[in-house]
Amino acid sequence: MLESLNALEKEGLDALKALAQAEELPVWYRTYLGRKGRLTEVLRGLGVLSAEERPHAGRRANEIKTALESAFETRQDELRAAEMEASLASGALDVTLPGRPVAPGHLHLSTRMLRRIRAIFAEMGFQVYEAPEVETDENNFELLNIPPYHPARDMWDTFWINDQVVLRTHTSPGQIRCMRENHPHPIRVILPGKCYRYEQVTPRSEHQFYQVEGLAVGHNIRITDLIGTMHEFARKMHGAARRLRIRGSYFPFTEPSIEIDMDCILCAGKGCRVCKFTSWLEIAGAGMVHPVVLRNGGYDPDQWSGFAFGMGVERPAMLHHGIEDIRYFYSNDLRFLRQF
Amino acid sequence: MALRVPISWLYDFVEPSATPEELAERLTLAGLEVESLTNLGAQWNRDVLRVGRISEVAAHPNADRLCLVTVDYGAAAPITVVTGAPNMLRHLGEQLPAEPLMVPLALVGAELIDGHAGDGRKLKLKAGNIRGVRSEGMVCSERELGLSEDHEGILILPSDAPLGAALADYLGDHVLEFDIKGGFAHLLSVFGVAREAAVLTGKTLKRGVLEIAQQEHMPTTGDPSYIQLEIADPDLCSRYVALLIEGITVCPSPFWMSQRLLRAGLRPINAIVDVTNYVMLELGQPLHAFDYGMLRPEGQAHKPLIRVRRAQPGEKMRTLDGVERSFDGEMLLITDGGGAVGLAGVMGGENSEITDDTTAVLLESANFEFLNTRRTSQLLKLRTEASDRFGKRLDPELCLRAALRAATLIAEICGGRLRMEYGDLYPQPAGLEPVRLELDFVERLLGVAVPREEVVRTLEALEFTVAGEDPLLVTPPSHRMDVSMPADLVEEVGRIHGYDRMPHTLIQDELPPQMRNTLLDGTERIRDLLIGCGLDEIITYSIVSIGDQAKLDPGGGAVDESAFLAVKNPLSAERGHLRRGLLAEGLNTMRANLRFQGRVSIFEVGRVFHPRAGEMLPEEPLRLCALLSGPRAAGFWQSGESGPAFEFYDVKGVAETLLEGLEQAGAEWRPGAGPAYHPGRSAQLLVEGKAVGELGELHPRVVAAFGLGSRTVCALEADVDALLALWHEDKQMDPLSQQPPVYEDLAFIVDEALPAEQLRAMIAQTGGPLLREVQLFDLYRDQRLGAGKKSLAYALTYQAEERTLTDGEVAKVRSKIVNRVEKELGAELRGEV
Repeated sequence: MLESLNALEKEGLDALKALAQAEELPVWYRTYLGRKGRLTEVLRGLGVLSAEERPHAGRRANEIKTALESAFETRQDELRAAEMEASLASGALDVTLPGRPVAPGHLHLSTRMLRRIRAIFAEMGFQVYEAPEVETDENNFELLNIPPYHPARDMWDTFWINDQVVLRTHTSPGQIRCMRENHPHPIRVILPGKCYRYEQVTPRSEHQFYQVEGLAVGHNIRITDLIGTMHEFARKMHGAARRLRIRGSYFPFTEPSIEIDMDCILCAGKGCRVCKFTSWLEIAGAGMVHPVVLRNGGYDPDQWSGFAFGMGVERPAMLHHGIEDIRYFYSNDLRFLRQF
Repeated sequence: MALRVPISWLYDFVEPSATPEELAERLTLAGLEVESLTNLGAQWNRDVLRVGRISEVAAHPNADRLCLVTVDYGAAAPITVVTGAPNMLRHLGEQLPAEPLMVPLALVGAELIDGHAGDGRKLKLKAGNIRGVRSEGMVCSERELGLSEDHEGILILPSDAPLGAALADYLGDHVLEFDIKGGFAHLLSVFGVAREAAVLTGKTLKRGVLEIAQQEHMPTTGDPSYIQLEIADPDLCSRYVALLIEGITVCPSPFWMSQRLLRAGLRPINAIVDVTNYVMLELGQPLHAFDYGMLRPEGQAHKPLIRVRRAQPGEKMRTLDGVERSFDGEMLLITDGGGAVGLAGVMGGENSEITDDTTAVLLESANFEFLNTRRTSQLLKLRTEASDRFGKRLDPELCLRAALRAATLIAEICGGRLRMEYGDLYPQPAGLEPVRLELDFVERLLGVAVPREEVVRTLEALEFTVAGEDPLLVTPPSHRMDVSMPADLVEEVGRIHGYDRMPHTLIQDELPPQMRNTLLDGTERIRDLLIGCGLDEIITYSIVSIGDQAKLDPGGGAVDESAFLAVKNPLSAERGHLRRGLLAEGLNTMRANLRFQGRVSIFEVGRVFHPRAGEMLPEEPLRLCALLSGPRAAGFWQSGESGPAFEFYDVKGVAETLLEGLEQAGAEWRPGAGPAYHPGRSAQLLVEGKAVGELGELHPRVVAAFGLGSRTVCALEADVDALLALWHEDKQMDPLSQQPPVYEDLAFIVDEALPAEQLRAMIAQTGGPLLREVQLFDLYRDQRLGAGKKSLAYALTYQAEERTLTDGEVAKVRSKIVNRVEKELGAELRGEV
């Protein structure tokens, strides 16, 4: 009896060792440890043994059962671990293949620039005021101190609808609208929007473009405030190390008038094609609101003063992104638009 | 307006005190922007470009059209060069003139412009054999030196040119180029720039050239013996000076004058014309020279007449450019006894032009009203240096001074005599009003306290007369007609003080109340939602082609042009109207992009323009247009070539995302949209009962008309103002129930014609509060369902807020739903799916 038990143990352990795959395990288990398995069969034979032999054989049978079960667990772990290893080894992907595209859309570059500009001025308390794109000659020119045939009109080539109506050539007519709506209260706004000029479309000029106008009116607005505001803007928009150059200029609706140059971001002052070897880039035209314009807006120039500025949107984007042809903006080639 | 100032000319009036670069920077900062500074002769190497004297011109042994020129340049031995220049060949076989013949001489190694190429190409001079004779250098033309385009002959220098001097010292110069903005006539001259330079560098301005009249002590007269002067329209002509110079010979200008004119950008013609141009550039006053002999008297009068008057409507004259022009009744003419001889301030008439035979010149120096001059120039599309200057307000005090300067030069150069009588009609000499300037105001505007002393010093340097302590009483000089109010004076103080030196401050004034800008925020929200849907933003032109509008009507109906705002002066005949909608340009954009990619999903948000009856300005509603075409999914290597294409339900999905993002409930989709859409695959979108847009697949004819072939193109057009009027941002939270939900699927067979939404709405409504969700998960058609039938399968979720639902409760709700839809919609329960 004992011999056959020992033989069974050996046979079972050998068979277990011989198993190659985890899926063969249940068959082995049924064969040796199942209800109708070999061990049960042996145990059933215990009845024929003598009373002395029986406990001894019984103990031994239990030992073998425990040993087989424990060996089974170990073997099962081994086989499963090996299979996991194998599956991990075979499941490797080519991580250099492209990922599944999420394909989000893209904001137009001009929209992105406008958002940045708005955010910077919002921090300084400038709110957005929007005015129509089709304007009266009166708002676009006359009330801005530019009477008919005035030489200053040469500064703007104009699309006309009729003798009294134009496509706005700049965002400045919004100043008049904003002042007339708000007087006699202080104003601090920016006026972003599309403008139109009767200009042939070339790599350097478009007939449609964006501008952002700024207007501050108060009891104590000074030109140094304008310079400070422009400096703050330039640093946030173009980098903290930017330097400005402020020079005198002429605009009919500001007095005094200035222009704001920034050191060239491409050549850092060494001189390059973009800054025409001057090492300066013009970023805005500005000045103190002309007394005539203040009065036209409903503010008494003896009591109020204000500053105004106007800046481009596409030009700084071109500088930042190395775009050499302004026509990319509104010809809407997706190969261009999707780059930003 | 562009102005080119040779710095050598500038130094006639102000002593140099800084390098040309420093001067350019000072002028720029003070408001006279130097657009470019050209160093003329920068490339002229001093050692190899010299002033030479021709000692002999001999025949070339092997060529008739070449000659050998011996040039002395101060070195031990003269050199011989070969040239074919006509003005050298001329001297062959002749005695050289007594006056030394001075020329620019280039030695081996000199860098010159290739005179034959004509494109500014440079070459380095090498010694060489020309037809068997060795040439050791070159005598140069103006073009070869970069002085002008002239390549007709060798440049002959004045006989007193210093032999052997470096050409860079003798002919070198810097040219400042300005763009003078606005109406500043006082800056449009060499003298005007010198005046600024003097103030900025602290040097004295040499005014001698303006003071000829004071030196001569000659009285002026409105009735000189040689001409009858009359200003018929004094509102358009405030002064008319006419001087007579007799006994002249029309000749070429001297070297120095033609060089200056060339550098300033004008081509020399003859001494008379050149002097008028020279003085115009120098002092800013345009002049006109009449051939005195051609001017006619009125009737039997003994002297010719000059009358300044408005034209008779339709009156004609041939201008100097040979064009016969017709004038309207506002245009100002200079007439003589026989008719028009000049278009005032713009261009002279051909009939009184200076010719080689002219012996007496009547020099006109007048002041014409600037707006009228500009009007004439614009209407006739005739711009001249004179009209550009008269188109800004000129100082009438300049008339006589400029005329005398020119007359003196003409007499000097052309050998004539100035009649010692100054014809000058100046009915109402105008003075400028003094301006009160409070020193406080200077600080209020500039933010910097500029000391009184500096304010006074600056203004006086700019020739203002200053009186008083505070306020100052400041009288502008006659040439500063742009100054009439205190702010104008503050600008003068500010720009000379230097804005670049001023501190940077931030606004200390009261901050206006900060308000929400719902339209702007909402518009940006819409943009964000649409890029979240995978659409790319485009921005197209507002000026569109009306021909494209016609393509939007598949019925081929005519476009009502009156619904569009037309541009009077479009850039091209094709694009001449302002857009009423965004669809057409969107489709053009799509077509352009389909050349490069198969999948295009784009949108634009922008204003469109609707004319309003009885209103000057149009309405400018804000519109949105989205367009989808091509494969729905962006290309991916696992999904093969291309997946299913965008169709109606894709664009509807975009619209639904938009509505959800704007928290708009209660959207209603009515079948059918505008004519541009597919009649069966489009819908009108209503929110809270208001129409806000339309969407769907476009009509195949419209797609084809835009050159898009037979592909499916989906569009969404919406009125942003209307959408945002319904924008909510106050959505209340839906409580989350912890109770176990009961899920159940129900499928109904209904008539094909029944809109699915009607069934869903009825299920939802009948289910009441216990039915939390109804979601369509299958649409099924099969013959076994019966002809004209379809099956709609819904997943229903039942849930109570505070207790576990029993099967009985669910069954009750369910049978209520089934009974109602069977009864009211003729639906048949297909049994649990």
